[in-house]
Formats: sequence, structure tokens, C-alpha cells
Amino acid sequence: MNPAKLSLYVAGNNPKTEKLIAHVRSLCEQSFGADVLFEVVNVLEHPEIAERESIMATPTLVREYPLPRRHIVGDFTQTDRVLQALEMNFQP
Amino acid sequence: MVQELNQKPVIKLPTGIVGLDHITNGGLPKGRTTLVTGSAGTAKTVLASQFLYEGITKFNQSGVFVTFEESPDDIRSNMLGFGWDIPTCEQKGQWVFVDASRQPNETLVVGHYDLTALVARIQYAVEKVGAQRVALDSLGAIFAQFTDVSLLRSELFRIAWSLKSMGVTTIMTAERTQEYGEIARFGVEEFVADNVIILRNVLEEEKRRRTIEVLKFRGTSHRKGEYPFTIIPNQGIVVIPLSAIELQQKSSKLRITSGSKELDRMCGGGFFRDSVILVSGATGTGKTLMATEFMAGGALNGERCLLFAFEESRDQLFRNAIGWGFDFEAMEQQGLLKVVCEYPETAGLEDHLIEMKRVIEEFKPNRVAIDSLSALERISTAKGFREFVIALTSFIKHQEVAGLFSSTTPTLLGGASITEAHISTITDSIILLRYVELYGEMRRGLTVLKMRGSTHDKNIREFTIDAHGMHIGAPFRDISGILSGNFTRLVPDEIQRMSNMFMDDDIEK
Repeated sequence: MNPAKLSLYVAGNNPKTEKLIAHVRSLCEQSFGADVLFEVVNVLEHPEIAERESIMATPTLVREYPLPRRHIVGDFTQTDRVLQALEMNFQP
Repeated sequence: MVQELNQKPVIKLPTGIVGLDHITNGGLPKGRTTLVTGSAGTAKTVLASQFLYEGITKFNQSGVFVTFEESPDDIRSNMLGFGWDIPTCEQKGQWVFVDASRQPNETLVVGHYDLTALVARIQYAVEKVGAQRVALDSLGAIFAQFTDVSLLRSELFRIAWSLKSMGVTTIMTAERTQEYGEIARFGVEEFVADNVIILRNVLEEEKRRRTIEVLKFRGTSHRKGEYPFTIIPNQGIVVIPLSAIELQQKSSKLRITSGSKELDRMCGGGFFRDSVILVSGATGTGKTLMATEFMAGGALNGERCLLFAFEESRDQLFRNAIGWGFDFEAMEQQGLLKVVCEYPETAGLEDHLIEMKRVIEEFKPNRVAIDSLSALERISTAKGFREFVIALTSFIKHQEVAGLFSSTTPTLLGGASITEAHISTITDSIILLRYVELYGEMRRGLTVLKMRGSTHDKNIREFTIDAHGMHIGAPFRDISGILSGNFTRLVPDEIQRMSNMFMDDDIEK
């Protein structure tokens, strides 16, 4: 089975985004285990990727795999809701 | 933040959209955002697309189209109907889409966010093609995507601000719920309220009428009020600027023939070359004949003649002309005559106006006849018709061609039509054709009511129609009240007595 793949879109590279990235990474590992593929895209550096992937808002977490593809928009402070959203329709 | 104290006046960016640059006094405020609002079906997307397309084709200015609602594919194929080849522009790097219409299947909002990604995408697109024009269409859809209205407002403000800092001129479109009410839904105008244009598509007397209004331009001037516009294939939006009419047309002393020697004599030697003549009469009084003679008279002198017929078919017109001794077919073959027959109901009045203008510009006639102008009355509201007549008359005058319009009066005897009320003051000559009831017989009378810049015959003369056209005869002497339709016959003695009353005593002696 393929490992889970997630992409996080953030704006900029600063302590705030660093903290957010670490937070979301740990949430993903909680859900999908340590071998999760986790990618971070800074939309200010790579707007063309944001364009290609139709990203409007930051931060956005995209669950690329497992399907269905799912976008979660927000600052991920409500951990339980994020986890719920990440795992929805997903049976390991 | 330190504010720069630059006090540059607002510069306008010509849009290239016909008529719009006139009512905006030169275009949209450059480097600013203009909000275009309208209810459903008011052509907001067309205006946004045209703004970009004209920029590319007329001014070599690249554009970015941010679509929130329709997919780029839909826009590409919809705009093809106007002859706008967006894919080619995209290939040349002049047009780029920012597709914000694609909704990911499932989006969940948890906590705070902002639209930095969208702003970054727009900036990226603007830089990529060196855009000078940006269109965002339409803001309503983004409010459906993200529900936090106050956040969206501040984000849209940020987008507008960042576009301004990039120096691009922007159109943002937004929905409104009523034709006459709040400017836009969601209070959009609160953050991009510097410049507002309203598009309307009002249903009036079962007829649709599109109008455009510049509500405000902060710091610069524009024309006020609603202006009719239409959307036509291969051209897009065409605004009809009524106030563009300026009384600047040149005037000529050169006379041209009316096609009838007798009528020329009555008019003091013919019509002026660049005058507009109104022929008014009840049905069957000879208006079409007069238009036919006007055309034939021109063609015989080698002038180019254009006839717009809204009442009769080509075949009917040609047959009638032959009946009066004129061969329209031969004139057409010589290239001196062009007959355009159209049923008034085939198009809206604005569309007729634009089509007529196009034909006139293409054929470059020396004289134009419209038979009849009043037939167009029935496809429009009174207000719309008045605007049409004024726009058409002024256009014809600017072309410096002679125009003859016929107008049907609603009553057989006497009377006036709406057409006359609208244009009698802007026409140079008015000819009245009236039925005269005389000893149990209907006869026809003709008089030149007005002949600007010339003396003319003031008699009401009898005219007859035969196989050689019309013939103007002697004045009606023993009858009065023809124009009002209330005839009074005067016995010859009475006429004699009355003429004597005004005769100078010296002359009698």
C-alpha cells in the first residue's frame, strides 16, 4: 500500500510558519504513521504550484493520498477537528 | 508606513470598447480598480473579457483574467462568439488565466486563514505576462466558496491594494440583486468603491433594454446617467453615447435633387446636400414613392444611394419602383443603389442602429432613405425610440450625407406621429403628405412645412401618382384645414373677397 501523501501550503518562511509546519507534520504522523510523505510549499516562492493545484487560501493542507483528495483550510489549532478531517473516509 | 505625497492627477486608460471611452471621458482610471456591478445576465463577464481583449489587440497591453465563476474553458468558448481568440493570445503570452473557479471536491475550513495564495497567484500571473490590465470575475462566487464575509472583505481589499501597487488597471465584477437598489451584494462596494460602473438589463414594456451607467469615478470626471448599449456578434459590447452628439456638423449650400423637379422647385431648388428630410403622411399617401424618387434621382446623377426598408420586401419595392418607371435592379447592378430590407422585429433597436451605421460606413452612400422610420417605433419603448432617432440622425449628419426618413401618421386625416415629435426639430426639412377629401373623392396634398436655410413654396399642392411617378400640381385654393383634417370648403366668391382684403389699395388702382 502506498504511504499517505500530504502537501501543506504556507505563505512565507518565518517562525510562525515553521511552528505551523511542525504542528501539522506531527498531526499527520499521528494519523498515518512515520512513513507519511509530507511536502511543504511556500506559495510566495512557488505561486505556479499554487496555481496548478488551485490553492486559494493559506494555510491549506491537501491530502493527496489516500483518496479522496481533500483540502483542509485553516490554522489547524482545533487539533481534533483536523485529525477527524484527515482521517475521514480512510480505513487503514 | 510613510505616505508619499504625490499629487498626480488621475490618468485614464482607454478601454478600446466602442462608446465606453466616451461616457467615461477617456477610459477607466489608470492604475485603479473599477467595480462593475449588475444583476444576472447584464454582460459583466463580457465586459471584463472585452476590457482585456481590446487591451491586447488595440493597445498591445497584456491582461490577466482571474475567474471565480466560469471555468477558463467556458470563457474561451463563450468569447469565441465575439471573434475573440483567447487561446492565441494565451499562446503569445498576452493573456493568462488565474483559475479560481475550480473547487476542490472537498474543502474543510478549520480555523483562521487568509487568501495569500490567491494574491500570490495573481501577482505571479501579472509579472509573468507584464500585464497592464486585470479582470476579476465575479466576486460573488468567492463569497460562496468562503463564508467568512468580513475576512473576505479585508482579503479583497488586500488584492485591490496589491493590484494598485503593481500599477495595473483592474475591473472587478460583482452581482447585484435588483436593477435599482444597493450597488452590490455582500457590501463589496465598501472596499473597492473608488470607481463604480453599473450594468442594467431592464424589462420595460416587455422589451429588454441594456444600459450602462458610470456611477462614480473618484477624482476624475465622467458622463452621467444611463446609456444604452448592445452586444453584437464579432464586436461585443457597443455603448451608444447619446451625449456624444455635438452640433458640429458642417453645412453645405450645395443642392441635390429630390428626384422630382416639381418638388425641387417647391424647396427652392432641391434639398441641401447634408440635410435630413422628414416625409410624413398617412398610409398610402406616397411616402415610399417619395423615397423611391429620392433614390432614383440620386442614382441618375451618379450618386450612391442606400435604402433601408422596414415595411416592404425587396420584391415588393422593386415591383413598385417599376410601376413608377424606375429600374432599381439596373441601379443596383451599376453599384449606385443598395437596398436593405429588414423586418423591424428581427433585432433590437440598438442592434438595428449599429447595423445601419455599419452598412452606411461600408457603402459610403451620398444619400440614405429610411422607409419607414416609424415602423421601428413598435419594437421599442418611447424613450428608447427617441434615443435611437437622435443617435441615427446625428450619425447621418456627421457622415455629411442627405437623409430622407418617412414617417407614418396614425390617422388618415391630419395628425402627427411620435416620430415627428422626436425629430421634427433636428430635421432640416419637413414634407407633409396628406389626404384631402374633395367632392367625395380622396386626393393627395403635399406641402413643404419647413426648409431650413432656404425659402420654399408654402402652398398645399395637389399631387398625383401615375406610371411615371409623382406629379405635383396646382395649390388647393378653395379648401382650408387640410393639415388638421377638418376641411372647410370655401366658395370662390369668398376666396376672391378674402384675397382682396389683403390687397394693397395702390395696386388696385
